Amino acid sequence: MSAEFDANSHVAHMEKIMGLAIEDDWRPVVEAHIAATQKAAELVLSFPLGEDIEAAPVFEA
Amino acid sequence: MSAVPESAAAIASAVGSGELRAVDVVRSSLSRIETLNPVFNAFTDVTADRAMAEAESVDAAIAVGADLPLAGVPFAVKNLFDIKGLVTRAGSKINLENLPATTDATLTTKLCRAGGILMGGLHMGEYAYDFTGENAHDGNCLNPHDPGRMSGGSSSGAGSAVASGMVPVTLGSDTNGSIRVPSSFCGLFGLKPTYGRLSRHGTFPFVGSLDHLGPLARSAQDLALVFDALQGRDISDPAQPDRPVLSTGGELVKGTDGLRIAVAGGYFRQKAEPEALAAVDAVANALGVSAEIDIPEAARARASAYVITVAEGAALHLERITNRPQDFDPDTRDRFLSGTMVPALWVQQAQRFRSWFRAMMRGIFEHVDALLAPATPFSALPSGTKTITLDGETMPARPNIGLFTQPISFIGLPVVAVPVWLEEASLPIGVQVIAPAWREDIALRIASRLEQDGTCKAPVAARRAELVSQGT
Repeated sequence: MSAEFDANSHVAHMEKIMGLAIEDDWRPVVEAHIAATQKAAELVLSFPLGEDIEAAPVFEA
Repeated sequence: MSAVPESAAAIASAVGSGELRAVDVVRSSLSRIETLNPVFNAFTDVTADRAMAEAESVDAAIAVGADLPLAGVPFAVKNLFDIKGLVTRAGSKINLENLPATTDATLTTKLCRAGGILMGGLHMGEYAYDFTGENAHDGNCLNPHDPGRMSGGSSSGAGSAVASGMVPVTLGSDTNGSIRVPSSFCGLFGLKPTYGRLSRHGTFPFVGSLDHLGPLARSAQDLALVFDALQGRDISDPAQPDRPVLSTGGELVKGTDGLRIAVAGGYFRQKAEPEALAAVDAVANALGVSAEIDIPEAARARASAYVITVAEGAALHLERITNRPQDFDPDTRDRFLSGTMVPALWVQQAQRFRSWFRAMMRGIFEHVDALLAPATPFSALPSGTKTITLDGETMPARPNIGLFTQPISFIGLPVVAVPVWLEEASLPIGVQVIAPAWREDIALRIASRLEQDGTCKAPVAARRAELVSQGT
């Protein structure tokens, strides 16, 4: 994953795609939260998972 | 009337034998709720009329010889459980616009059929996205051991109501730690069963991949009594596999002989205040445990749970967070908004890592029967705390109270949080007793042994002079 995650740009882009209404005083907190999530995801994605490892969805057909 | 005992087991025994009437138990509980709830804000709804009617039914059933394992035991449920005739709040403002529930949640029904008496719905953090017990709509739920401090959340009222002695048992939910955190902050025994063990039907979800329900009480015996009554297959919960019922009540007397127990090292010995580590050490010493096992990749497990939670939670609330974000509690609103922006690949990799971590932990449980870890990094924080500093790193308080609970619920392992009062401590703190999947009996046996030898205890908090005179 790119080390250059720009939370501000990500939020500005995604709020249009998702049709969100983010007020100005909420924005820095939303940006901080997505930055924290990206940091967590970076840790997850940096782990070398084998191709045989599947998710375990709870679904019975 | 006889004095009402504090434990569920003692109440059930007294009511079952006819020594005490359920209606008198309920009157006593209502009296304490009336006096103490304005102080601690644990209940959002009190179902007094229903409780009296149920108590009369229990007394009538006992009079004709019924055998009810929870005869006359007052209990209450986190307000994400459906209660017939009430709107299921889930700690929110928005859900108050919903129609009242037409039936009770499955677990509520099970407790009532066993003779339990529903006293009402309990305070919680909005939509269960919380570890503090603070709620912008309903006010803060307070810690009975120190009303200037957090109850913990998101099963905040479930912790506060039991710790203050309003009821002996409550039901909460735990997605990332929401039973174990209030158990730690309020000094209670709390059971987060194996993922899929108990039906979640009739409760408002948060993160279906990680949501669990379970009881909080003031003894291991009470946890076992209630847990045994809660079990059973319910095809209405898609995450509940068809497993046999595990009867735990009779297992407690087995003690800990033969059990291989170790302290969880590495991640679970870092970013903890001294009281958290001292509590684990006290429990380990009492059990004669000296082994320490590193839990590899616990930080990644926690990170994965974090990613899944924010994204899956936001998906659940997408319509609400898109159209009326101003009606959310600001502390959850901004997190749900951010969750709508999480790339799918982050979530999928986190779910795949969940499988890896489960397999790794199964390997560890081939060598041990239980692990000990802190429940929270510290005792209850002062209300309103926004940041914490652990190992020199300052971080937001709200998401990080669950540092030690989150990696465990991530793979659904059963845990009993046990309360420790360190020497001269003014507040309790919890330790997680973690067992292999589907072995709640092991964690309950260890909890019971710790209770028997006095290492762990959960006294009713509201015994200070100013509350005794009002509340009893």
